[in-house]
Amino acid sequence: MKFDNIIIGGGLSGLTCGIKLAEQGKKCAIVSSGQSAIHFFSGSFDLLGKVNGEEVTNPLESMKFLPQQHPYQRVGLENIERLTDEALHLLIRAGLSFTGKADRNHYTLTPMGVMKPTWLTLNDFTSFDQKDSFPWKKAVILNFSGFLDFHTLFIKDGLKKFDINAQIKNVSMKQFEAIRKNPSEMRSTNIAKEFDKGNAIEEFAQKANLLSEGFDVVILPAVFGLFNKSVADQLKEKINKPVLLLPAIPPSVPGIRSQITLRERFQELGGTYLLGDNVEEGIFEDGRLLEIRTNNHGDIKFEADQFILASGSFYSKGIVATHDKLYEPIFGLDIDGDNNREEWFDEKFFNDQAFMRYGVKTDENFRALMNGEPVQNLFVAGSVLGGANPLKEGSGAGISLLTSLHAAEQILK
Amino acid sequence: MKKEIFKPYNVSDNNFEQCVKCTICTVYCPVLEVNPDYPGPKQSGPDGERMRLKDPEFYDEALKLCLNCKRCEVACPSGVKIGDIIQSARIKYSKSKPKLRDMILANTDIVGTMASTFAPIVNTAVALKPVRKVMDSVLKIDHHRMFPKYTGLRFETWYRRYAEKKQKEFKKHVSYFHGCYVNYNFPQLGKDLIKIMNAAGYGVHLLEKEKCCGVALISNGLIKQATKQAKHNVEAFKKSIVDKNMPVISTSSTCIFTIRDEYPHLLGVKNEEIRDESELATRFLFRLIDEGKLKLAFKKNYKKRIAYHTPCHMEKLGWSIYSTTLLRMIPGLEFVNLESQCCGIAGTYGFKKENYETSQEVGKPLFEQIEKSKVDFVATDCETCKWQIEMSTSNKVQHPVSILAEAIDVEATMKLWQE
Ligand SMILES: Cc1cc2nc3c(=O)[nH]c(=O)nc-3n(C[C@H](O)[C@H](O)[C@H](O)COP(=O)(O)OP(=O)(O)OC[C@H]3O[C@@H](n4cnc5c(N)ncnc54)[C@H](O)[C@@H]3O)c2cc1C
Ligand code: SF4
Ligand code: SF4
Repeated sequence: MKFDNIIIGGGLSGLTCGIKLAEQGKKCAIVSSGQSAIHFFSGSFDLLGKVNGEEVTNPLESMKFLPQQHPYQRVGLENIERLTDEALHLLIRAGLSFTGKADRNHYTLTPMGVMKPTWLTLNDFTSFDQKDSFPWKKAVILNFSGFLDFHTLFIKDGLKKFDINAQIKNVSMKQFEAIRKNPSEMRSTNIAKEFDKGNAIEEFAQKANLLSEGFDVVILPAVFGLFNKSVADQLKEKINKPVLLLPAIPPSVPGIRSQITLRERFQELGGTYLLGDNVEEGIFEDGRLLEIRTNNHGDIKFEADQFILASGSFYSKGIVATHDKLYEPIFGLDIDGDNNREEWFDEKFFNDQAFMRYGVKTDENFRALMNGEPVQNLFVAGSVLGGANPLKEGSGAGISLLTSLHAAEQILK
Repeated sequence: MKKEIFKPYNVSDNNFEQCVKCTICTVYCPVLEVNPDYPGPKQSGPDGERMRLKDPEFYDEALKLCLNCKRCEVACPSGVKIGDIIQSARIKYSKSKPKLRDMILANTDIVGTMASTFAPIVNTAVALKPVRKVMDSVLKIDHHRMFPKYTGLRFETWYRRYAEKKQKEFKKHVSYFHGCYVNYNFPQLGKDLIKIMNAAGYGVHLLEKEKCCGVALISNGLIKQATKQAKHNVEAFKKSIVDKNMPVISTSSTCIFTIRDEYPHLLGVKNEEIRDESELATRFLFRLIDEGKLKLAFKKNYKKRIAYHTPCHMEKLGWSIYSTTLLRMIPGLEFVNLESQCCGIAGTYGFKKENYETSQEVGKPLFEQIEKSKVDFVATDCETCKWQIEMSTSNKVQHPVSILAEAIDVEATMKLWQE
């Protein structure tokens, strides 16, 4: 099977790359062994939240202070602003809608009741200009009876810092009786599926209106609109008070919806998306990757002019650590990391963990290195790249989006 | 440039300890969505396995509600064989005995032999309302279900009478695992396959003796018999693949999936020697075309709008791309892709009265997609999906091989390789 470009990994990076290339008329395929980290998204795409322990107000400015090996530095700071703009428009063309700007972080309220700086926030959620004030006085936190993945007490405690004394109330509806029977399945996505059917919205809105009398704002878990994209909007329209959605414990409903939206966009552009298939190995010749072999397709070759490795970090098995080794499991590419296990992590869990920065080594054009030499047509994008600690910095989605667009630009050159 | 193999430590056959509890599988389980009595893939699979290993009493008969569609496995980021874990647990722990009804549904070949012998009577009888009511109340086979018609002239008989001799004229050869459906219900698909393979320059042969792949035996708990048939088939395949160097192709995605993957994973029947050369006809044809060894010529006047439905086992195999690529080669075919969703029938599952509602609820989103697509007909690789879609929508369903057979220009195609 011959494509212009084949992308390994169907997460945010792989999809961004695929959409960009397909928009430019390339015939692309994405092969992904399973669903990706977008399923855990809080609903905000981070660009840069913290540098050297300091909270960032203007990510574009603060990037200067990042170390040279950081992916943003390697993309080139002069390119960042243009790429952030492009990323935003690519996502909007795909059908997502956001608030936020690259040169000024806004804040979102986390489920712990703290304000966190971020770049782009899905319109489901509320973005705040200030981190130390909360625009409403009286808040009611509504939860579904039996839903354990929304920690209302944390939110209530968090809001106390803003001098808000929130009240927690529960809603029970017969539509959710059935899923409640099975406590392990009272999960956000199953609640969302009930709302998707369309027969719970009206009743829920009525109940919410009743319970929120006398309050200024209704706080709800973000469990609206999984396959049916309009549920959250419908609900906000029907509830009289402002609605503030907060992320529940993953899997994240807005995250999955974003994944589906991006995947559909890629397919509408003619892209081939192969899920549940693992890329096993590559055939190289003269420093080029000629073809890849996958688990499902066996001896049927997948050939392309250029390949992109967007296989994620440890969680997605883009990088693997065993007790004595750190490696990239598909091709055995060079790894930027310490092979001495002692150095991998700090026993204090919340400290900066060295292993979080490990990733595949590349040259300055983001081509993968193998035995010290660049593979001429194998580009690397997203969290499989090393050099950053996205969790600590708040830079996960930003790195994925910008390095993917950058890799796509190298290919389109 | 040798790649390093990722070998996890302490991993059981069914790798349940690879599960990171992310619950992604539960998002994509079609049963969980409509039937809250089902504990879902995570609970039934890796979580339950942990408990069952401690004490088999933790086995929950609700696991029989699993369709074995494997959509959970396709979604799982950690490569946990959730569907296999669940099916293996049913095999190992279930205490419920198959009912008479289950035996009838499971023994597709024995029932097929009897039914096709008396085809006119059986077809009329099972189509009659009173008969279906009796089947419903006595056997608990849902009365909404129309049994697929049985043919009077079995495919094997037809082949021996009318096709066998001609196959020797070709230089290249394949064996054909036709499966019960082609033999007893729909020989036309087998004839279509022979038409295409002959046009491509291949003689088509039957295996020395094929037995039903056993998928329905497995799902109905008749494991001993399934294992016996599996061993028989592997030997029959060996005679073709190893002894005669003839690959085996099939037109049924479920049969081929069962033979390639369920034999070793669920029945413990080894198949390494035959696995790689047992495949679907569409994949076989695709490979030839992809490698530049075959060109297909099509009739000029073929004009149809077709939607392709991805059966669950095709989704798991990842092979629908072969069927769809072949279909898209036909000039005059307007192609509509349906979002991959389970149709709900899952072999004999949907025939059972107690599953009827779940089955139809699962399929509903797919049926809606199909009705909206305004196509001439639906294409799919699975015979039970065909029954389900034809019963539940206003559309007819054809196999990609039959569509190719209708659109192909046999003489022009033969000329391309004869030159
Ligand atoms: C739990 C969690 C929550 C997060 N929340 C946020 C957030 O709220 N905001 C934010 O900005 N960032 C967040 N991040 C960071 C963010 O997820 C990542 O920056 C980004 O999503 C990574 O995308 P990716 O495409 O590079 O990798 P992934 O999303 O990990 O995708 C990699 C894909 O490659 C596939 N793959 C791997 N190996 C193979 C192979 N051999 N063959 C085929 N396919 C393969 C995997 O199956 C996977 O689908 C979060 C990360 C995690 C882990
Ligand atoms: S998707 Fe896989 S890893 Fe996640 S809970 Fe299910 S089985 Fe476990
Ligand atoms: S095989 Fe299908 S029905 Fe069974 S648990 Fe997995 S997704 Fe659900």
